[in-house]
Amino acid sequence: MSEDLNEKDEGFIVSASPHIRKDISVEKIMYLVILALMPTTVAGIYFFGYHALFIIILSVLSALITEFLILKVRKKEFRMDGSAIITGLLLALVLPPTVPWWVPVVGAVFAIAIGKQVFGGLGQNIFNPALVGRAFLMICWPVLMTRWIVPFGGTDAITAATPLNALKLHHITTPSIQLFLGNVGGCIGETSAIAILIGASILLTLKIIDWRIPLSYIGTVFLLMFFLGQDPIFHVLAGGLMLGAFFMATDYVTGPITRWGRVIFGIGAGVFVVVFRLWGGMPEGVCYSILLMNAFTPLIDRYVKPSPLGWGKKERKIAEGSK
Amino acid sequence: MIKDFTNGIVKVNPIFVLALGLCPTLAISTSIDNAIGMGASVIFVLLFSNLIISLLRNVIPKEVRIPCFIVIIATFVTIVSFALQAYLPALNESLGIYVPLITVNCIILGRAEAFASKNPVSRSVLDALGIGLGFTLSLIMISIIRELLGSGGISVFGYGFTLPFSPATFFIMPAGAFLVMGLLLGLFKKVGVIR
Repeated sequence: MSEDLNEKDEGFIVSASPHIRKDISVEKIMYLVILALMPTTVAGIYFFGYHALFIIILSVLSALITEFLILKVRKKEFRMDGSAIITGLLLALVLPPTVPWWVPVVGAVFAIAIGKQVFGGLGQNIFNPALVGRAFLMICWPVLMTRWIVPFGGTDAITAATPLNALKLHHITTPSIQLFLGNVGGCIGETSAIAILIGASILLTLKIIDWRIPLSYIGTVFLLMFFLGQDPIFHVLAGGLMLGAFFMATDYVTGPITRWGRVIFGIGAGVFVVVFRLWGGMPEGVCYSILLMNAFTPLIDRYVKPSPLGWGKKERKIAEGSK
Repeated sequence: MIKDFTNGIVKVNPIFVLALGLCPTLAISTSIDNAIGMGASVIFVLLFSNLIISLLRNVIPKEVRIPCFIVIIATFVTIVSFALQAYLPALNESLGIYVPLITVNCIILGRAEAFASKNPVSRSVLDALGIGLGFTLSLIMISIIRELLGSGGISVFGYGFTLPFSPATFFIMPAGAFLVMGLLLGLFKKVGVIR
């Protein structure tokens, strides 16, 4: 790159695309995402107390230390690019606020080591690391991972069901306004829709994340639930759908890169969520829906390939025929 | 000669190098008892099938060698199966379908085809012992990790200990088998034990 710039005096640069350069780097994007997650984090600590803060700190620290140690073993340079912080933070946000201290630690180590570094580190992983960590914890310790408390109760508070649990097991609906503010039981970062929306609006205005994924994801859930006779607003606001749609499905590494691919990704994840919530054994399915679509991402990208500029049907046919 | 024996343990380790017999490996490595039982059964079948096939290597017509191998292997699998049912019913229960499936285990058929049918009896026997031991050791290695993490303790024929932590059930499940095997394989490659 620097060579190209030096040649500027000659007035003519020949270089490979992309030719439009933006003043943005991996670090900047990562720290903007962390910034956008702050309202959610603060809301979680506000609702669920200091133990939530403790879980978040432990998770982020474990993720960072694991990343550092594994990169050391792999003889790679450790960079504070913020990706490990995001993984640790996102993992903590999808944990129940009651888990003992070792759960976020084990989860973060698994997320970074198995979810990310085994595949080759940042940019190489197939599955969203934070969700890999959560899925692992969910399989290993299902009891610990489904112990919920009411907000403002402290750690010894009475257990409470999440809105989705209450609906599935006891057929009790939760008022939408409570779901919107986040004053309900649930994972640390998933309850407050408004906090998630504030953070997401930063990323959407700066075009850090593509609106296509959250729109098609949430839209699919809304429409399907509406046509299946459920309360669509409840299903959009309850559970981890908001957090998942804006902060996890939009992961650059594990999602499709093409525009239509992203729409397909969102629709697919939305269909999975509806199927899991209505006919699955568990009340929530956002985590597994995104992981499943992560597995489909290479396939989607392969089939939704944009044509080079100036290509028509004829050229595409020729290119396909020559394969 | 001695190389025929030692090769099977590291250099052509059936699980980590040849990547054969993975189906029983992944399925029954949930406990050390299972691993030892399976390993012993495979060593027995492999030893006698290699022995007999090597003895008959000039008699078996080339065109129908695979059916002949299978008949010989199936005979010894039947012996093992009956012996387990009679004397170790509990082990037989937990190994389940994987005992009869030794018949089509590609380690045994692979050694019959690649080694016993071409080499003298003494070398074939040593090869069977080496490969069988390599299989058993790898199986025990995987099952130690899975049992320790997945059940929170280790027990070998009733003796053992439990650790004071709540076990990670994941490692007892099939996905845990793939993970542990893959990580061990990667580790051995990294350290340079295998190529």
